[in-house]
Amino acid sequence: MFTSSKIRESQGDRLFIFGIYALLTAVLLVILLPLLYIVSSSFSSPQAVVSGRVWLFPVEFTLDGYTAVFRNPQIGTGYMNSLIYAVAGTTINVVMTVMLAYPLARKTFYGRNVIMVLLIITMIFEGGLIPYYLLVKNLQLLDTRWAMILPGALAVFQVIVARTFFQTTIPDELAEAAELDGCNDIRFILRIVLPLSKPILAVMSLMYAVGHWNAYFDALIFLRSADLFPLQIVLRNILILNTIDPTMMSNVDIFLAQQGLKDLLKYSLIVVASLPVLIIYPFVQKYFVKGVMIGSLKG
Amino acid sequence: MTGITEQAIAAPRLPGSKKPARKSAYKRIRRHWQLYAVIALPILYLITFKYVPMAGILIAFKDYNVIQGIWGSPWVGFKYFNQFFESPNFWLYINNTLGISLYGLAIGFPAPILLALALNEVGNGLFKKSVQLVTYAPYFISTVIMVSIIIMTLSPNVGIVSKFFQWIGVENTNFMGMPGLFKSIYVWSDVWQYTGYGAIIYIAALAGVNPELYESAKVDGASRIQKIVNIDIPSLIPVSTILLILNLGNVMKLGFEKVYLMQNPLNLQTSEVISTYVYKVGLLSSSFSFSTAIGFFNSVINLILLVFVNYLARRLSSTSLW
Repeated sequence: MFTSSKIRESQGDRLFIFGIYALLTAVLLVILLPLLYIVSSSFSSPQAVVSGRVWLFPVEFTLDGYTAVFRNPQIGTGYMNSLIYAVAGTTINVVMTVMLAYPLARKTFYGRNVIMVLLIITMIFEGGLIPYYLLVKNLQLLDTRWAMILPGALAVFQVIVARTFFQTTIPDELAEAAELDGCNDIRFILRIVLPLSKPILAVMSLMYAVGHWNAYFDALIFLRSADLFPLQIVLRNILILNTIDPTMMSNVDIFLAQQGLKDLLKYSLIVVASLPVLIIYPFVQKYFVKGVMIGSLKG
Repeated sequence: MTGITEQAIAAPRLPGSKKPARKSAYKRIRRHWQLYAVIALPILYLITFKYVPMAGILIAFKDYNVIQGIWGSPWVGFKYFNQFFESPNFWLYINNTLGISLYGLAIGFPAPILLALALNEVGNGLFKKSVQLVTYAPYFISTVIMVSIIIMTLSPNVGIVSKFFQWIGVENTNFMGMPGLFKSIYVWSDVWQYTGYGAIIYIAALAGVNPELYESAKVDGASRIQKIVNIDIPSLIPVSTILLILNLGNVMKLGFEKVYLMQNPLNLQTSEVISTYVYKVGLLSSSFSFSTAIGFFNSVINLILLVFVNYLARRLSSTSLW
């Protein structure tokens, strides 16, 4: 903002801005290097990974890790399940959020303050784990795909963000003019509100989809059958629960050889599992920032 | 609700009737009967999945068993609350929960503010865009992957961090097995993952500062540091106050997911927090009432904290949640 300033910067200021650049470069590297290391390791040979020769770029390029990932049937099933939960869940999320947020955005909607209070209460107080679990159990949803979709059918925070968006972008006069022209509320939502709300719908879909893709808690408590497990549960089983107990390291050499292949699989798995999110991230980044900002207007 | 809607459907609509300033409730509902039909489903969801569990807290005061159900089980009053208060680990869990939360807040709260202030100094060039693109990215990494990255980089012999420490002469250490390090690993990995995302809101606030302020500061010969102290930081105070209230009000609500995944038998002494304990007692040992009592106790403390912190903020500054 000041770099184009015509007034010459003082010595102190130049030193200060140099410090800022150095700090931000350090931040950049601290975040980027571990990510780069994981990606490079996933393309390197097990021996290179274990002996620590991998640094920034793949060493002894192989796709062994990826072959191992795709050969594992659990991972395939998990991937498919996560896709199903993310697509179905996000669709329901967006529809439900709009259905709740739009009426609350209309000033002439009688009772909207009461409903807003009911919403806010759910943000600061909750029933807790066991009542939540018992509810899902009593609804006969345990160990079904519905348990991954229905209990989280909408997020109250997203409703408030969407409501703020509707209030600020769709003037009441527009709704009233449409009403005078004989356009009913549902038609108005479908024909006017939704087309005008593409940015917020994009952000919302992204947030919900990432949430579904990354979630493991509901699956942990609600699902028992392995063929319903989402990817994150499979990842947990492979990446975290298989971590070898350090007390079992009797023969370091054998351990290292086995660990090598296993580590390679882990690096490749991390890349494969993060792929969908990483692919869409750069495209939606600007929307995403916008969404956070709308949320902060009245958070 | 359905009763009202059906009535409204049956009634003839007055096309385009201009309303007087205050209409009766009935007329206002009839005008928007379609919106009530639209909102009915989400409201049903809220009642079922948010409010029914709140009523389910009743079992904290009962001896819940599956056969008699929530309503039929006998009342026991505060038995399970007392059991929790008197258990030898009560203070340990409270300390662990608060310790991780407050440590996280002390580091994780100022970090995004500093990042935003620094980014605000470098101009809107490629450098700023790259830093933003990269620092937001870790936000999208799932907790499972994040924790496995932590475990992999810290694992003895093969992890990159362990290798680094071996290289500088520290003997081979199992970092995840050291109870004393748990909090730091938890907090600093959170900083790594969430600082960029947290900075977005502050960057937006800084972008909204009136440019005339900077101009007059420049005319007055203010240095960059003086501009930050006198213009940037004051402009961040309202939004940071709100976030601080929310964070302080949630210190007992330490998330389950990451802590649970980072636990191992060696670090339990410092890593068992209330949310993980509630899960283990409730779902792994099926002590439903005991677990609900602990969860309820935790929620109430949280609520009190939120109200208290908000009260303090309102007394000390002009910004508060309500």
